[in-house]
Amino acid sequence: MKTLAMISGVAGAVALLAGCAGGPSRSEAEYRQLALDTIKRDFQAKGQAKFERLTADDVQQACNAHANTPPADLVIKLTGAQLSTIKLPADDKYLGDWKEGEKLAQSGRGFTWSDKADQPAGGNCYNCHQIGPQESSFGTVGPSLLGYGKTRGNTPEMQKYTYSKIYNAKAFNLCSEMPRFGHAGALNEKQIKDLVALLLDPASPVNK
Amino acid sequence: MKSRIALVVALSIATVGPVAAQTKDANAEFEKFRAEMEESSPAELFEAKGEELWKAKRGPNKVSLAESCDLGQGPGKVEGAWVKMPRYFADADAVMDGERRIVWCMVEKQGFKFEDIAKKPFQGANDNNAPDITNLVTYVASGSRNMAFDVPMHDPRVRDAFETGRAMAAYRAGPYDFSCNTCHGADGKRIRMQNLPNLSTPEGAIRGVQGWPGYRMTGGVMLTSQWRMNDCFRQQRFPEPKYASQAVTNLLTYMAGNSNGQMYKGPGIKR
Ligand code: HEC
Ligand code: HEC
Repeated sequence: MKTLAMISGVAGAVALLAGCAGGPSRSEAEYRQLALDTIKRDFQAKGQAKFERLTADDVQQACNAHANTPPADLVIKLTGAQLSTIKLPADDKYLGDWKEGEKLAQSGRGFTWSDKADQPAGGNCYNCHQIGPQESSFGTVGPSLLGYGKTRGNTPEMQKYTYSKIYNAKAFNLCSEMPRFGHAGALNEKQIKDLVALLLDPASPVNK
Repeated sequence: MKSRIALVVALSIATVGPVAAQTKDANAEFEKFRAEMEESSPAELFEAKGEELWKAKRGPNKVSLAESCDLGQGPGKVEGAWVKMPRYFADADAVMDGERRIVWCMVEKQGFKFEDIAKKPFQGANDNNAPDITNLVTYVASGSRNMAFDVPMHDPRVRDAFETGRAMAAYRAGPYDFSCNTCHGADGKRIRMQNLPNLSTPEGAIRGVQGWPGYRMTGGVMLTSQWRMNDCFRQQRFPEPKYASQAVTNLLTYMAGNSNGQMYKGPGIKR
């Protein structure tokens, strides 16, 4: 019962500080700090999900502190830094195998405490995006990517952009809800190329 | 009742099926099926077990929760208690959600060890029985069936738990930069075919607490809101929230508080 006893102390202190009835008694920044303190006290490592994951990096911190819309100068500074993390393929080739890309896009595996740390992660793409026309079970957290290559064009610039976007979505949109797959070590160069092919290759069902 | 549950499981496999096979029709079909099943909810079985446990003299101290556990409405009183939690409890000097409060009573009144309860607080897919705490939660929740949520938001301590919960829901970290709001922060979002309630609105918040505790057709197990929070943190790629911790209470206060005035239909059925 140690945890509950510890919490009790906090509630007491909170009660003393709190104002009268009605709205919140503290500023948003104070609640953010309280939230962080609570998270750091009340979580435990499990499987591959270590405690350090709770510490926000510079991008996450900026987005957390500014409700996902940091001031312009901070956005410019941090997106620039994120852009410089992107490792482009040395052979300057961006289109892999769209069939392999489709498999990756389907797989939701990776990084949860129930995933084995030595198993490769999937792309999770269908969790958030419509992609291939044959797959009707798709999420809508991100925009539809159906017809992506057909509308955007399979140009060298688009290939490079698409590779970079998958590698580090925050380099283009600092507080995007899309993970930074290359930066996080979730997907390697070959896998990202396969996904670029899924989205841009004229032979991919995405562009039929 | 047994055969009905077997039927639920059989139908659920047929109706819901593997994720890839799900379509919009499957969603609609599930909703219809859920509505039909709720008339004679499989949760009743767990309620009945929970009622027995509530009334039995148990634990090293050989006392019943019915005589010793105050959920805020007086010792042993279950009616209407669920929809008025989370609330502040002076004896614990803490804001607690229903499950956390029952755990507190089991420890402080009956003499159970917290570690023993926390070791396995949720029913696993291969477990024949739900843990005692799940049955107890289901019984207590059933005592608020068809009552409106009435979380005491005027209490500054509850308000603080609510606001801290709101801030926690926005906290992004981990390898995928996710927060609750990544998936639950806007209207009309889905992960695959699963509709995600926008927890910042009253309409979404009530969907977050409605039907919990719920009989989950995937696996045929009875699960509580504490489990739902645990599994969403897993999907968020975070470490695990400690069982019955303030962190979980804060999130449940955020959702239940945002649901105030809306009717709780009792323990339900979940996908
Ligand atoms: C958690 C949800 C999520 C996941 C998972 C996700 N994305 Fe995204 N994605 C988004 C969101 C939201 C946007 C729009 C905002 C932005 O541009 O950052 C987006 C944008 C994109 C864009 C840019 C579209 C454009 O018009 O420029 C591409 C390309 C993309 N995603 C590809 C992928 C691929 C490939 C995967 C799998 C490896 C993936 N996404 C996984 C949420 C997600
Ligand atoms: C990566 C996406 C994701 C994240 C992050 C996430 N959830 Fe969920 N959440 C889901 C999915 C998927 C479901 C299942 C919906 C279903 O089964 O219909 C769900 C279900 C829920 C439900 C139950 C809804 C219902 O209809 O019964 C609640 C409540 C909830 N989440 C709250 C949270 C909270 C609080 C957090 C932050 C701790 C969170 N979620 C983080 C994806 C997510």
